[in-house]
Amino acid sequence: MNGIQPPTIEYGQLMPLLLVFGAAIVGVLIEAFAPRYLRKAIHVPLTMLTLLGAFGLVIVQVLRDGVPTAAVAMGAIAVDGPSLFIWGVILVLSVVSVLLINDDDNFVASAAAVPGSPDEEEAIARGGAHTEVYPLALFAIGGMMLFAASNDLLIMFVGLEVMSLPLYLLCGLARRRRLLSQESSVKYFLLGAFSSAFFLYGMAMIYGYAGTVDLGGINDALGRVGGQDTLLYLGTALLGVGLFFKIGAAPFQAWKPDVYQGAPTPITALMASGTLVAAFGAVLRVFWVALGNLDWDWRPVMWGIAILTMIVGAILAITQTDIKRMLAYSSIAHAGFLLTGVIATGEATQNANSLSALLFYLLAYGITTVGAFAVVTMVRDAGGEAGHLSRWAGLGKRSPALAGIFAFFLLAFAGIPLTSGFFGKYAVFAAAVAGGALPLVVVGVVSSAIAAFFYVRVIVLMFFSEPAADGPTIAVPSAGTAAVVALAAAATVVLGVYPQPVFDLADAAASSLFVR
Amino acid sequence: MTTHYLVLSALLFAIGAVGVLVRRNAIVVFMCVELMLNACNLAFVTFARQHGNLDGQIIAFFVMVVAAAEVVVGLAIIVTIFRTRRSASVDDANLLKY
Repeated sequence: MNGIQPPTIEYGQLMPLLLVFGAAIVGVLIEAFAPRYLRKAIHVPLTMLTLLGAFGLVIVQVLRDGVPTAAVAMGAIAVDGPSLFIWGVILVLSVVSVLLINDDDNFVASAAAVPGSPDEEEAIARGGAHTEVYPLALFAIGGMMLFAASNDLLIMFVGLEVMSLPLYLLCGLARRRRLLSQESSVKYFLLGAFSSAFFLYGMAMIYGYAGTVDLGGINDALGRVGGQDTLLYLGTALLGVGLFFKIGAAPFQAWKPDVYQGAPTPITALMASGTLVAAFGAVLRVFWVALGNLDWDWRPVMWGIAILTMIVGAILAITQTDIKRMLAYSSIAHAGFLLTGVIATGEATQNANSLSALLFYLLAYGITTVGAFAVVTMVRDAGGEAGHLSRWAGLGKRSPALAGIFAFFLLAFAGIPLTSGFFGKYAVFAAAVAGGALPLVVVGVVSSAIAAFFYVRVIVLMFFSEPAADGPTIAVPSAGTAAVVALAAAATVVLGVYPQPVFDLADAAASSLFVR
Repeated sequence: MTTHYLVLSALLFAIGAVGVLVRRNAIVVFMCVELMLNACNLAFVTFARQHGNLDGQIIAFFVMVVAAAEVVVGLAIIVTIFRTRRSASVDDANLLKY
């Protein structure tokens, strides 16, 4: 021991992360010091510029320095190819979600006022909405980036909490149907805290087994430590519970429909896209990097979970009557499709193929999801968004363009050719077949067919039934919302017709796999 | 004799987990989650002693900070729903289903 060595931190490579967290802290200061009427005018450009700037930094880093080959910050964070791709995806999805968040009509005027009380009326009369949404969203986005790039379990836990805690609060801030919103917030919080306690205990068991929480160190310990298998298996299972909860895999999917329905729709869009991407990044790191040599042991369990997730998601979606709940179950089914790619491991080329397919799928699915939720915010009646499916009857006759775009998004979810969803599914299933998971692919295709049934049912409802006399109106979209819908539709078309550049990018990101 | 501490930690964790599942008051459920986190801390510190390195003790500090942040967020959410419904029972929050 020669005194304390100061840690080295590669600020350059961590810049996108530091920028997002820095802006979030500045956002908190704005809340504290700027007068109320100015806050939104400061927050909107600050948030947008931060996210676009961070995206720019990611691109600059790739072009200038290439992909780093070692973990940074004393091995705590891995800024490798998959990380950089996932950061880019998360930042793009966040930018479009923040465009939706800018719409004033989605967030509560005063969260502290009891619904229906004079206080609330006063707050609504005063106008505006909570601007705390912006720093909270930035913290959540920063947490997502950290979660997906962490190279040791402690950082992963911190990232998980930094991502989740703001989201718990954001879920409770819907402007209308506040009881539902608060209920979704409580449910998400209690179940989320429960699952992260499991994650933490799993981490303790793995630490007990390996003597380190570094992902590469755990992998080394797999070949070295003997006679401690109980700790290892217990730890793996408990870590898995925590991670599978976050991606909403069955049997840990129960929170997803409730939270997606109750939360303000822009926040649902952010959760459904960004959280899923980040959580898959973390799942891949834990099961491929730390526990990669244990794959014969975790693979059978993950087979079961993937099959259950696909079937539960597809079948329960059929019985839904609320559009946001239906999209939530569709997201569960998609988590199952993605898991088939996680299972398809093998030698290095096989891993790189699976990884690149997963990265493409996450981008394609995320952007279509944000677009679909953007359409949901526009179909309104007197009480806010018209969530019930019966209210969507005949939408194609009232507003053919909007209904057409929504139908297109649904077809992309179903994986019809010429949409991004087709190539995403094709790539993941092809990788799974190559990885020897043919039965899983069969289940995947069957549940895709079941899922296609309820997507088509919504399309039929929109175009081939008579509109109700007092049906919902289509809100004139704000510039931001219109831009989101247009962008998502364009991305879905481009990735469906000419996906090669993005596939090449994903291949390049995946080729070197994860650093250790 | 670190095994005893591990057994105690497992017991605390199990008590917490069962409490989350059977108790009805959101505050009590939340306290049970905190108990689970503290069980994790005990396990970390014990393993740190076993392995003779400091990682586990440092992790315990991180967990304490995260748990404190979680209390802030959790109590805010639970107090809000209590003021709306005059009840903190998790059974009463039943509008979202199926």
